[in-house]
Amino acid sequence: MDKKVISGYIKNITAIMVVYAIIFYLIQIKVINNYYNGILILAGIYIIVAASLNLATGYLGQLALGHAGFMAIGAYTAALFAIAVDLPKYVELVAGLILGGVVAGIFGLIIGIPALRLRGDYLGIVTLGFGEIIRIALLNLSFTGGAAGLKGIPRYVNFTEIYFLVVLVIAFLFAFIRSRHGRAILSIKEDEIAAESVGIPTTFYKVYGFVVSAFIAGVGGGALGFYQRILDPKKFNFMFSVEFFIIVVLGGMGSITGTILAALALAFINEFLYSIDELRLVIYALTLIILMIFKSDGLLGRKEFSLIKLLNRFSKKTKIENAD
Amino acid sequence: MSLLKTEHIGMTFGGLKAVSDFSIEINENELVGLIGPNGAGKTTIFNMLTGVYAPTEGKVFLGETVVNKKKPYQIVTMGLGRTFQNIRLFKELSVIDNIKIAFHKDMSYSTVSAVFRGKKYWKEEKEIDIKARELLGLFNMEEDANVLSSNLPYGKQRKLEICRALATNPKLLLLDEPAAGMNPQETKELMETIAFIREKFKVSILLIEHDMSLVMGICERIIVIDYGRVIAAGTPDEIKSNEKVIGAYLGQ
Repeated sequence: MDKKVISGYIKNITAIMVVYAIIFYLIQIKVINNYYNGILILAGIYIIVAASLNLATGYLGQLALGHAGFMAIGAYTAALFAIAVDLPKYVELVAGLILGGVVAGIFGLIIGIPALRLRGDYLGIVTLGFGEIIRIALLNLSFTGGAAGLKGIPRYVNFTEIYFLVVLVIAFLFAFIRSRHGRAILSIKEDEIAAESVGIPTTFYKVYGFVVSAFIAGVGGGALGFYQRILDPKKFNFMFSVEFFIIVVLGGMGSITGTILAALALAFINEFLYSIDELRLVIYALTLIILMIFKSDGLLGRKEFSLIKLLNRFSKKTKIENAD
Repeated sequence: MSLLKTEHIGMTFGGLKAVSDFSIEINENELVGLIGPNGAGKTTIFNMLTGVYAPTEGKVFLGETVVNKKKPYQIVTMGLGRTFQNIRLFKELSVIDNIKIAFHKDMSYSTVSAVFRGKKYWKEEKEIDIKARELLGLFNMEEDANVLSSNLPYGKQRKLEICRALATNPKLLLLDEPAAGMNPQETKELMETIAFIREKFKVSILLIEHDMSLVMGICERIIVIDYGRVIAAGTPDEIKSNEKVIGAYLGQ
């Protein structure tokens, strides 16, 4: 590890802590009231799930329309676990989230192996069907509380927990994408035949990428349960999956920072549009159409916002000014 | 010992016999040309050799192993690299990433090491960065390392594809119409590149090509196929004067 890398880490960690401290302070002095705090937490969950979908769609290039299903599996697993056991808060939280992710990942594996033989629209339809199966199953099973929903989940997630969970997920995704495994996943999106011809086991990496994506969606679902304290199967419908898809397209397929931006924006827009719920999807569609006309690859395209680069540019400018 | 050997391989698509009874043997450090009219089955043969199609008849040997049922990525690890008729680069990735992807099979660090940026990650990433830049340097492309590969001029895209195939460290390289779409100047450069590759990497080459100046100029041995069957094989001079080849392909 050279010095540049270490200094980059230090800068990023400092920035993360500073942002956290500012928002935390604003919450403490009630500038951000409970209402906005709630939106921020939901935005965090949106970021996690949308980022996981970006891995499957933006990087791996597979059309996945059932992420609400993986989320539901993660949410119910984590919630049922926390209700069943009696352990300290953080142990239950961490174990619950991991368990939720693992179970969602297992389902990802089960449907990924046959489904990823399909391409494009067909894969979209299969994943969509999967999401609906999960929702209907949750509605009709007794141990999940059925249509009445699952109640009595402890509230373990607040701003602090969700903030650091988001940081963890984003850091994980960045590190994962910028490795040989990430490059293999990217190459499949670019050209599957060429990838295979230079020694990438494409089937393995397609399933692997999909399972990792399902795992993270499951963790995001778990966090949702621990925040809302009640899980309603009707929430995890097809439109919920589509919302994440919209976030990914808006932010840019293959840009994690774009996803963060779009998820934050959509979470707030969502709240303001609550009173005119029937118009919400119309507005989404319009936003997408306008975006497709003016910037067809999303807000950030494939680019990533980088604090280090921004700082470097800034310091260069000041150096030049000083020299003058 | 031969690098690649096929015994009477054939390929049937439904009722259509695309290739039948095709036998070939390629030894170390050979340059063999595969020519024939369009639709004769040349690319089908390449696809059988590289595992894209499993031959419906016969056997393909790499060294002494039968590779009929192996997948393309497994065949690559056994030392068979290829390029495509229509260039297949990873278009939206940089030139150096295109090469690095081809080094994937030489690396072994795990996902855990990647996520926590372990020692092995830094070591292997540094190694392939150096190796990839060296390889690009051999083809005078080191300045293009960070360019998006789709932004390269056509000739360089072809070169990059060959470069990427070489990064998989092949013993035998299959080139599918490397000169397609090139002007005479670029074709000449390509011939020099191919000669250089043989010299430097000690690989055997099997190439499909329609540009007769290139084929006759550099190939030591030529195989001509038509309607999926071998109609002639021999040195360029023998092929030039072969009646069957003139009738089917070269013309008077």
